[in-house]
Amino acid sequence: MNAILVAIAGIAVFALGYRYYSKFVAERIFRLDPNYVTPAHKYNDGVDFVPTNKFVLWGHHFSSVAGAAPILGPAIAVYWGWGPAFLWVILGTVLAAGVHDFGTLALSVRNKGQSIGTIAEKFIGKRGKILFLFIILTLLLMVNAVFAWVIANLFISYPASVIPVFIQIPLAILIGYSAYKRNMKMLIPSLIALAIMYGAAILAAEVPVLQIDLVQYMGGEDGAGIFGLGAVSSAFFIWIMILLIYVYFASTLPVWKLLQPRDFINSHQLSVGLLILYAGLLFTNPEITAPITNPDADVSWLPLLFITIACGAISGFHGLVSSGTSSKQLDKETDARFVGYFGAVGEGILALISIIAVVTLFNSTADFNAAYGSFADASAGGLNNFVEGAALLAGGLGIAPHIATTIVAIIVVSFAATSLDTSVRLMRYIVSEIGVEYNINALTNKHVATTITVGASAALVLLPEGPQGFGSGGYLIWPLFGTSNQLLAGISLLLISIWLKKRGINYAVTLIPMIFLMFMTLYAMFTQVFLEWSWFGNDSNTLLFVLGSIIFVFAVWIIVTAIQALSGKFDDELKKHDEQ
Amino acid sequence: MLESVKKLIRYYEEVLEMPHRTEVARELRDEDDLFLLLLYSEMIGIPNPVYYYTLELYPHIIEDFHDWHLRMGMEKSPLTGIRCC
Repeated sequence: MNAILVAIAGIAVFALGYRYYSKFVAERIFRLDPNYVTPAHKYNDGVDFVPTNKFVLWGHHFSSVAGAAPILGPAIAVYWGWGPAFLWVILGTVLAAGVHDFGTLALSVRNKGQSIGTIAEKFIGKRGKILFLFIILTLLLMVNAVFAWVIANLFISYPASVIPVFIQIPLAILIGYSAYKRNMKMLIPSLIALAIMYGAAILAAEVPVLQIDLVQYMGGEDGAGIFGLGAVSSAFFIWIMILLIYVYFASTLPVWKLLQPRDFINSHQLSVGLLILYAGLLFTNPEITAPITNPDADVSWLPLLFITIACGAISGFHGLVSSGTSSKQLDKETDARFVGYFGAVGEGILALISIIAVVTLFNSTADFNAAYGSFADASAGGLNNFVEGAALLAGGLGIAPHIATTIVAIIVVSFAATSLDTSVRLMRYIVSEIGVEYNINALTNKHVATTITVGASAALVLLPEGPQGFGSGGYLIWPLFGTSNQLLAGISLLLISIWLKKRGINYAVTLIPMIFLMFMTLYAMFTQVFLEWSWFGNDSNTLLFVLGSIIFVFAVWIIVTAIQALSGKFDDELKKHDEQ
Repeated sequence: MLESVKKLIRYYEEVLEMPHRTEVARELRDEDDLFLLLLYSEMIGIPNPVYYYTLELYPHIIEDFHDWHLRMGMEKSPLTGIRCC
């Protein structure tokens, strides 16, 4: 099968979804009003609430939601063949993610630009807020563990990417400083920074001395490492420690010093990446060698496919961005359709190219089957396959393969590092918020909160024995990451449904994806937690069992709450809020 | 052609500048709030040795003060001495 045709088919469905389905949802379901005074106008303060042009807002919204997750999920999920992954990305984006991202934006705009957490408290009471807080907490913990491992893995597999990634840090600080203190424009300096990074990448790819290969330093794969670990495990340990120390500092510094200018440079990388991959696809015109389905899978696609691809099909994290920042900057209510729905489409396009990069990488179906022999192989090798596949596409533009792999690895590491930075920072805020809520003063201290955050993440990534040996605990919990992300999306869809019900509008458009998500999540959780990780399971693991059980209880709790909410139990509470 | 490329670059720059502009505005606003606290500290019971000199600044920052108490969720000025609204 020709990959360009698949890409065109996918994009055509996205286009139809945007053109017709989102229009239907905007006009008939959410009933957006162009004359509604949005929070951006009502509370315009020049900081958080600023009316913004819809195209600019879309760009910002998209770059906030796009990260390493829509690349990683599909790269693993093609294990079940490219067909299921493709269909879930396409249909998930059009029918679930678009409505979810768009809906959270519209809901927040109609609720003073408040975030989903605050709206949950308003709609379902304190229980809703606590539920929400804990799910976000577990979600962030998993992001930390997964991405710390992902970055360490890429550093070990592509040692040439280390120096360019680390060069970015001083460059970002320099740009942040000159922009903030000297009011300089950021565009040109950030482009120069990007050029320096890619220059360093080319140099490092050519000159082996510049490749920081820890495994090699310890005498190759069979060499002795530290603390009695093997060389590879030691390399993971060292990289993960360095990363965690780095995020400690990155998340306690003011945002403008490091995080913001780094994001600025990384946004260029997002554009460069997408452009190179889609242009490369046109020039290389590759054939898909992966099978359309995999009948010999050792793990069933149902329900795990829907958990493995979260971002790229539907992700609760998007609701946080929609209701956290984008809703405060929406100029007109009708812009929500473009910003929210088309933002999800952008993410779908990223996931689509991730699928294509992986399924066109191999020379034959046999090679693909060898690389994707088991789900564990797929989980561990998925991202590296994406890097190789993407480099192959970039090769169509005349970029040498070893340079292309280094640059793609840098792009993925940068995305993952941004997610890691942001999530450690957010988690520290939540730990502090819990401290305020329960009067534990120590938790409100920045450094205490960060130490707890980083410590818990380190424990999660280092303690469980993953399929790839020491340090791969992050990969084991990837399905858990998907689950909590989907749960979050489930809550948001529930809140939108309650909102629609309150207005007397048919809410099937949000209820059906919610039921679907909840069913798949519970199903996946049940098989994973009770049949795999419990004491009588095949793969007993106390830590994951406890963590999984907590999320499972949350899921059941949400479903009970959902039934209560939709049967009108919280109507009095809502009325009380409305009167206030 | 050149005009549309320029427009595209302007758009691109605006997208990327957006979060940064917010963050810088927030930092500046926090600094202003601190400054405001120093000026009005006497009114909330913190002794201020240069109170008489800072009095002169009141007319210049009265608008900022108004924005501040609105932002803090107070519809009317919380300080009886300052009647901005």
